[in-house]
Amino acid sequence: MDFPTAVFFFLSAILVFAALRVITARNPVYAALHLMLAFFTCGGIWALLQAEFLAIAIILVYVGAVMVLFLFVVMMLDINLDRIREGFWQYLPLGAVLGLLMVLEMGLVLGSKYFQVPAAEAVVPAGVSNTKEIGTLMFTDYVFPFELASIILLVGMIAAIVLTYRGPKKSKISNPNTQVFVKAKDRMRVIQMPVEKD
Amino acid sequence: MFDNFVVPDLLPAASEIFLAAMLLVILMVDLFVKDSRRTPTFLLTQLTLLGCAAIQVYTSTADITYTFSNMFVDDMMADLLKLFVYMTMIVVLFYSRGYLFDRPTMNKGEYYVLALTATLGMMVMISANNFVTIYVGLELLSLSLYGMVAMNRDSVASTEAAMKYFILGALASGMLLYGMSMIYGGTGTLEITKIAETLYNAESNRTVLVFGLVFLVAGLAFKLGVVPFHMWVPDVYHGAPTTVTLLIGSAPKLAAFAIVMRLLVGGLITLAADWQDMLIVLSVLSMAVGNLAAIAQTSLKRMLAYSAISHMGFMLLGIVTGVVSGDARYALNAYSSSMFYVISYVLMSAGTFGVVLLMARAGFEADNLDDYKGLNKRSPWFAAIMMMLMFSMAGVPFFIGFFAKFSVLQAVVAADYLWLAIVAILFSLIGAFYYLRVVKLMYFDAPADETPIAAGLDMRLLISVNGLAVAVLGVFPQVLMSLCAYALLRSL
Repeated sequence: MDFPTAVFFFLSAILVFAALRVITARNPVYAALHLMLAFFTCGGIWALLQAEFLAIAIILVYVGAVMVLFLFVVMMLDINLDRIREGFWQYLPLGAVLGLLMVLEMGLVLGSKYFQVPAAEAVVPAGVSNTKEIGTLMFTDYVFPFELASIILLVGMIAAIVLTYRGPKKSKISNPNTQVFVKAKDRMRVIQMPVEKD
Repeated sequence: MFDNFVVPDLLPAASEIFLAAMLLVILMVDLFVKDSRRTPTFLLTQLTLLGCAAIQVYTSTADITYTFSNMFVDDMMADLLKLFVYMTMIVVLFYSRGYLFDRPTMNKGEYYVLALTATLGMMVMISANNFVTIYVGLELLSLSLYGMVAMNRDSVASTEAAMKYFILGALASGMLLYGMSMIYGGTGTLEITKIAETLYNAESNRTVLVFGLVFLVAGLAFKLGVVPFHMWVPDVYHGAPTTVTLLIGSAPKLAAFAIVMRLLVGGLITLAADWQDMLIVLSVLSMAVGNLAAIAQTSLKRMLAYSAISHMGFMLLGIVTGVVSGDARYALNAYSSSMFYVISYVLMSAGTFGVVLLMARAGFEADNLDDYKGLNKRSPWFAAIMMMLMFSMAGVPFFIGFFAKFSVLQAVVAADYLWLAIVAILFSLIGAFYYLRVVKLMYFDAPADETPIAAGLDMRLLISVNGLAVAVLGVFPQVLMSLCAYALLRSL
C-alpha cells in the first residue's frame, strides 16, 4: 500500500466514524461538532485527489460559515430531545430491517461483477490550477446553471424573510410630546348605563 | 484563457432572461408600493408573464436550437409548454387575488415574486438539455413552492404541509441526483443529447444504467406524485392555502411532463424497455390508489389530490406506449396524446380550484364537499361551470377530458396493451363516481348556507371562460391535438 492509499484509508475511517457519531450523538452540539469533523476530513480526501479548490471551499464554506451558524442555532434553541426521540425504539426494528434490506440489495447490485465502470484516469498536467479551471468553466460553459443557482439563493432569502419577519418591533419608549398633548377624551370613556335593579 | 470562448446565443433564452430581470425589478418595486392590496405588484407580474409569452411567440422557430454550451434547448415542445405555463400562471394569479385580500399574511409582494421564480424554474426544466440544468430548474421550482406553501405561517396545517413537502422533496431530489450520477458514471456525460448518442453508438454497461434508471424514475415519480411515491400529494394539497394548491396542481405538471420527456424519451430512449415496465407499474398503481382513495374523501381538496394522482397515472400510459418492442412507429402519437392529456388536465384542474377559490371568503375555505351542497340554488351559472369541469375530469364524452383519455387509450391499444387499456377504463369508471357525487351534491341537495358568492367581475369572467374552454375544446379537440403533435414532431 503506497502512502496516498494509506492516507485515504486513514481519512475515510475518520470520516465514517464522524458521520456515525453525527446521527448517534445524544447531544446536538456533539453531533454538530462531529459533522464539522466529517466535512474537514472530506476536504482532506479532496486534497488527496488534487482537487484543492473543493477542499478549501468545503472547509471555508461548510466548516467556517454554515456549521458555525448551525452551532449557534443549536445552542440558542432549547430543543427538547426527548420529544424528538419519542418512538425511536418503537420504529427501530422495522426501520433497521428495511435499512439492512436496502443495503443488502444495493450491495448485491453494486458489488456484482457486472457492475463495472471503467476507471477514468484523471490526467492533470503539471502547472494546471484547478481553481482557475473551475473558475473558467463556471463563467463559460456552466454560466447558465451558475446564474440560476444565484436565483435559488435569492429564493431562499426571500422565503426565509417572508416566513420569519413579523414587522418592526414596537419600541416601548414613550414619547413625552404625545403625553403632554393627551386629552381626557383619549383616555376616558363615559358610558351611559341603565341602573341595575337587583 | 478565454481564447475559444464564444458568447452564447441569448435569443433562445430571451424569455427566461426577461423573466429573471423582471422578478428582480418587481422585488425592488414592491418595496415602494404603499397599496395594501399590492395592485401595482400584481399588475407588473401579470405584464411580465404576458411579456414572456410575447417574447416566446416572437422568438419561436421551428428548429431545435441549443445554447449555453448545449445546456439549454429551445424547440417547439418547449415553446408550446412554456406558453401554456405562462397562460396557466396568469390565470392562477388572477384567481388568487380575492383569496389573498382576505388573508393579509399572504398578500405580500413576495407571493408574486415567488410565483415568478417558480415560473422560471418550470421554464428551465422545460428547456433543459443537461442533468445540471434539470436539477437546478427543479430546485428553483420546488424551493419557491415550499416557501409559498408555508406562507400562511400561522396555520398549523400549512406549516405541516410545507415541512412534509420540503423533506420528501429533498429525498426525491436526492434519489434523482443519485440516479443521474449513476448514468453519468455509465455514459461519461451529463448532456442529454450526448447520452442518447453514447447509448446508441457504444456498448455501455447496462447494469449501471438500469441501476441509475431505477433511482431516476423514483425521483421523477416523487415529483409527478404517482403511487407509491404519492404520500405527500394529499397532505400538501390539503394543507397548503388553496391558491398555492391551485399553483402546485396546475403549471408544474407541465414542467414535470417536460422533464420526463427530456430524461426518459430524449436521453434514455435506448433503455425504453426497462423504464416502460417501471412506468406501467407506477401508472396502474396510481390509477388504482388515486381513484379508490378519492372516493373516501370528505374534503374536496384531498379528493382533487387523489384525482391528480390518478390523472398523472393515466398520463404516464401515453409515455409508456411510445416504443413497442423496439418499434417507434407510434411514438409521436403516444407522446402527443400524453402532452394533450397533461395540458387538458392543467386546464381542468385550474378551473376546479378556481371554483373553490370563488366560493372561499374570509375565514371560510370552502374545501369540504358539503360546502358545495345546493350550489345550483345559490348560483346556477357556477354550478353549471363546476358540473362541466367535473364531467370533463371524469371523462364524460364531448368534454376535453374525454378526448384526452380517448387519445391516450388509442395509443395504448395501438401499442397492443389491451389489458392496460381495460384497466384504465375500469378505474376511470370507478373514478367517475366521486366526480359525479360533487354534481349530485350541487344539484340535488339543499344548500347548507345561503351566502351569495362575492367575487369580483374579473374572477367570474375568467372562471366562466375557463369552464367554457373545457366544453369548447371538447367539441374541437383537433386544434390542441394537432398543435401538440406538430410541436413534438418538430422536437423529437
